[in-house]
Amino acid sequence: MVEPLISATNVTRTFGEFTAVDDVSLSVGSGEIVGLLGANGAGKTTLIRMILGVLGVSAGEITLFGEPPSRATRARLGYVPQGLGLWDDLTVQENLDFISGTYGKDAPELPAALGAIRTSLVGGIGLGHQRQVAFAAALGHTPELLVLDEPTSGVDPLSRARLWDLIHDAADRGVGVLVTTHYMQEAQQCDRLVLMSQGAAVAAGTEADIVKGTSVVAVQTARWHDAFTALSAADMVVMLAGTGVRVVGVQPDAVETALTAAGISGTVAAARPTLEETMAARERAS
Amino acid sequence: MTWGARDLHVTYGATEALRGVSLDAVAGEVAAVVGGDGAGKTTLLRALAGAVRPSSGTVDAPSLNHLGFMPTASGTWLDLTVDENIDFVAAAQGVTGPTLRSRRERLLAGAGLEQARGRLSRHLSGGMRQKLAFSLAMLHEPQLLILDEPSTGVDPVSRVDLWRMIATAAADGAAIVMATTYLDEAERAAHVLVLDEGETLLSGTPAEVLAGMPGHVTTVTAPVDRARAWRRGRVYREWSPEPPAPGTASVADLEDAVVGAALAKAERFEAAARG
Repeated sequence: MVEPLISATNVTRTFGEFTAVDDVSLSVGSGEIVGLLGANGAGKTTLIRMILGVLGVSAGEITLFGEPPSRATRARLGYVPQGLGLWDDLTVQENLDFISGTYGKDAPELPAALGAIRTSLVGGIGLGHQRQVAFAAALGHTPELLVLDEPTSGVDPLSRARLWDLIHDAADRGVGVLVTTHYMQEAQQCDRLVLMSQGAAVAAGTEADIVKGTSVVAVQTARWHDAFTALSAADMVVMLAGTGVRVVGVQPDAVETALTAAGISGTVAAARPTLEETMAARERAS
Repeated sequence: MTWGARDLHVTYGATEALRGVSLDAVAGEVAAVVGGDGAGKTTLLRALAGAVRPSSGTVDAPSLNHLGFMPTASGTWLDLTVDENIDFVAAAQGVTGPTLRSRRERLLAGAGLEQARGRLSRHLSGGMRQKLAFSLAMLHEPQLLILDEPSTGVDPVSRVDLWRMIATAAADGAAIVMATTYLDEAERAAHVLVLDEGETLLSGTPAEVLAGMPGHVTTVTAPVDRARAWRRGRVYREWSPEPPAPGTASVADLEDAVVGAALAKAERFEAAARG
């Protein structure tokens, strides 16, 4: 069997009395894109810090490329933090030169999209371009593994699509990718997902695996305001959906009963749950 | 009651931040303004709130005491507690006595902040702080509520709470305009306005936005033209300027519609540059 690039086995990290990561296992193989999902405080960032080797484990084991995290393993991975890790007062080219220099490599060839802004200060270019520079910097030393923390937050959809093209191209070359996101459509770009809640990995697999078992009911009615108010009053998790509503974690007959009791007519049908709805249902149940 | 903006142009120095943008804000509905960094979302919201004077076009909005505004990521006072934030805004808005008492209870319950009344805003999680900011913008029960990226940086679970608060405000009759970079979120709105470099890229109900994209998008394993294609998991989406085959949908979702429309615009721009 091929050694995974990241292998975390029963990893726990405590801070005093607080358990930030609780018995989590996770692996990322060559060419694989794995998404890490969860609410703020679920333990994603702590897990990533342990994988990067900047934070030790309290229990369990992490290996990168088959060995414990170290400076040597750090040189074989590319990391794009949420804050991008660029210098605003350096130009695009200077940033790439400087970052490549720390790896003892020459700066990568500038992607065509960045050619026109080679000499611009990073602080003066738009967020979409800044993210492209951060990607170029992270990929410059031809890493075998990419760790990306909310890589496309704040950019327009076409820029986001182009950033994901870069991620997929890297994966096609055999690079393993671990990516955190709050953006549910972005989760659909991943081969596998790991869902964390309160420090633990509570679900793993494809999107279809994770949403399985969550029930969602879609309600279409001319009176969505009344339906929303009545179903909320019945203590249901109600989501607005255009000019209809969706109810999470209940069966259609319960919704039908609540609507009838409130004198509201409409069509009620089971619907395919989204990841976001699944996370809301799990959080509510816990 | 419908508020909104008509054919709005806003200029900052030599930069045209908005060029001919229109938006309806209908009582009881949520309108989503979508776009990336620099698309003009905040300028449009600020113009609606009367904080930016347009160079041409009209804005129709209620007077300030019937308007609520939640700015990006700074809608609370970090050194005040949750209760003190509410006291401060209530005093400024003239909300007092039993009215303040009942609204405070209702908003804190809706935000799940009852247990955090004495906590400094600085010590709240990002999601809790945004829910407090929303409560502050809602405290005087405005007719028009303007929210600038309320869910950016908010995790999916808090986002569900925030949306429940937004839907509650709409169900109670407020007109809501919110900026977002999340297209799956925009699908929850009654009306979607997609901005790109200060211009309207697409506008309408989510269904109208899907229908309004020029050409069509298909799912393929090997794209004909990489410049018109982008990845979606292990397959590609590919945009074509031709209409779809009869009886097939032109596009799967809002994300694809917006990417397709952006590609169409870029090709028009390049063709014009070539003359």
